Amino acid sequence: MASAGRIRMMLGRLIQALPVLFGVVLVTFLLTRALPGDPAAYFAGPAADEQSIQQIRESLGLDLPLWQQFFLYMGDLAQGNLGTSISTGQPVLEELGRRLPASLELTLGALLLSLAIAIPMGVLAATRPGKPIDHICRIVATAGVSLPTFFTGIALLFVFYYLLGWAPSPVGRLDFFYLPPPHITGFYTVDAVLAGDLETAWAALGQLMLPMVTLAVFTLAPIARMTRGAMLQALNSDFIRTARAAGLSPRVVLNRYAFRNAMLPVITTLGMVFSFTLGANVLVEKVFAWPGIGSFAVDALVVSDYAAVQGFVLSMALLFVGLNLLIDIAYTLIDPRIAAND
Amino acid sequence: MTDISAAPARTAPKSHLVYVLTENPVSIVAIAGFAIVVFAAVFGPAVAPYDPLATNAAVALQPPSWSHWFGTDQLGRDVFSRVLAAARLDLMIAVAAVTLSFFIGAAIGSMAGYFGGWVDRISGRVIDTIMAFPLFVLAMGIVAALGNSVENIIYATAIINIPFYARVARAEAAIRRNAGFVQAARLCGNGDFRILAMQVFPNALPPLAVQASLNMGWAILNAAGLSFIGLGVRPPTPEWGIMVAEGANFIVSGEWWLAIFPGLALMFTVFTFNLLGDAVRDIVDPRQRT
Repeated sequence: MASAGRIRMMLGRLIQALPVLFGVVLVTFLLTRALPGDPAAYFAGPAADEQSIQQIRESLGLDLPLWQQFFLYMGDLAQGNLGTSISTGQPVLEELGRRLPASLELTLGALLLSLAIAIPMGVLAATRPGKPIDHICRIVATAGVSLPTFFTGIALLFVFYYLLGWAPSPVGRLDFFYLPPPHITGFYTVDAVLAGDLETAWAALGQLMLPMVTLAVFTLAPIARMTRGAMLQALNSDFIRTARAAGLSPRVVLNRYAFRNAMLPVITTLGMVFSFTLGANVLVEKVFAWPGIGSFAVDALVVSDYAAVQGFVLSMALLFVGLNLLIDIAYTLIDPRIAAND
Repeated sequence: MTDISAAPARTAPKSHLVYVLTENPVSIVAIAGFAIVVFAAVFGPAVAPYDPLATNAAVALQPPSWSHWFGTDQLGRDVFSRVLAAARLDLMIAVAAVTLSFFIGAAIGSMAGYFGGWVDRISGRVIDTIMAFPLFVLAMGIVAALGNSVENIIYATAIINIPFYARVARAEAAIRRNAGFVQAARLCGNGDFRILAMQVFPNALPPLAVQASLNMGWAILNAAGLSFIGLGVRPPTPEWGIMVAEGANFIVSGEWWLAIFPGLALMFTVFTFNLLGDAVRDIVDPRQRT
């Protein structure tokens, strides 16, 4: 019974994502068509006459009504065709696919790091209101969202690379004298450990450290703030008073009852945090010359390589929709009330 | 007697304001910081010791000194003057973007909440679609599509912030669509749009104002981030994001003052606005406090 209700919830959530997906594709299509300049004239080259431009326009389907162009675009997307990047001459999908692991390694590493710091910090602040840890938590929460990620990155580079010399130079995922580990997950640190090459793993981690910390500082604030708020609310609720009155030890009350209830709103905010992280990722990749999809898009923007930019925007949106879906599904799995309501 | 009973009612809001300000000294700090930022934005170009665009190759890349407080950049321009002059442009972008999204979001949201039905469904879909993008990435795409200019930075920042205002306005309008005073206005023969403008919207203003003040810092960060990656503002113009981007090339060789000072100015401004947003929220709606 309970599991059937959950499966129905998940299916319902998947169906709810369809109009959003359609909207994302439509917006990306409109952005592509709103681009300044005539793509046909661009592909025809500067020496082309009016007739050959017209021919290319017809072959690209640009003479068709907008709605027909939209269906052509959807057809291309269904075949995984995002167009060709004019700056590299490669299909955009291939370019993005090759760079995606670098971005994911950075983003996920940063999120894990900030969760590992922010959740204990929020819990401690909520259980000791008015104590130093509470004030530290509040300062971190306000300061963290005020820090421009690109500035944090540059400041960290200056301190840990130039002044202290602890960090390696910001040349991407690995220094030149290391070979990338064999491709398994695409994450250099994980792949190198799997291949048993601890030296390369250490070097990759060294390169990853500063960008990861930069991104984590940014995501720390909303998570810590939310954990603190949710924990305070949970600790003030009736079932906690009852649990305390029933003589349960403070540890059991905190861990089993308060913490698990407080985690639900925190998981919900993770969706918003992801949105910020994927955006901040672009800036951090630019600062550290990290070869992910963000720096690819920035380079493409500079040379007006629109197919690449649109492909990037679309794939980021799809990634984000997928992540939100995962969060919602995790939510239905964690919250026992959803199954009980059925 | 009427004087005595009327007096406390008149002073009550004021004493609440004083109470909030004195209870949390951080608010005073926020207001002082805000005064500094606004002063820089209004008088910055006038009080700057040097012309922010004047190059002087003789003093290029000098560290901070008494004549150049924040040092000089690779073209010998005074970094302090440029940081001061940039305040106006950065604040202008953020204020324009927040104003646009405030009014567009409030209009969409209050219509959705007031009329319900298909107006609500369509606007809900549009808002959901905007929120389905990572917001900074959507702003990048919009600027790329509309063209690389300062106005388009403003439009892009406004568009990605519309959902926050629309949601607040929708919730506020929905709970009042059948309130007694709205029905009374309707019975008096007011049209829907007049009711929206005169009865529903004014009631949604306090939470919208809180949203706007919390949103300012994020709008500044967003605009500076866009110019950091080379969108919008063109290089000779002093702007904090682009100054940090230009200074980043010199940080690995130790010329830290090029990037650090504009970055600190940006951070100070955003921090001030975030503190101020918290203070405004405490004054308008103490229950939302976290």
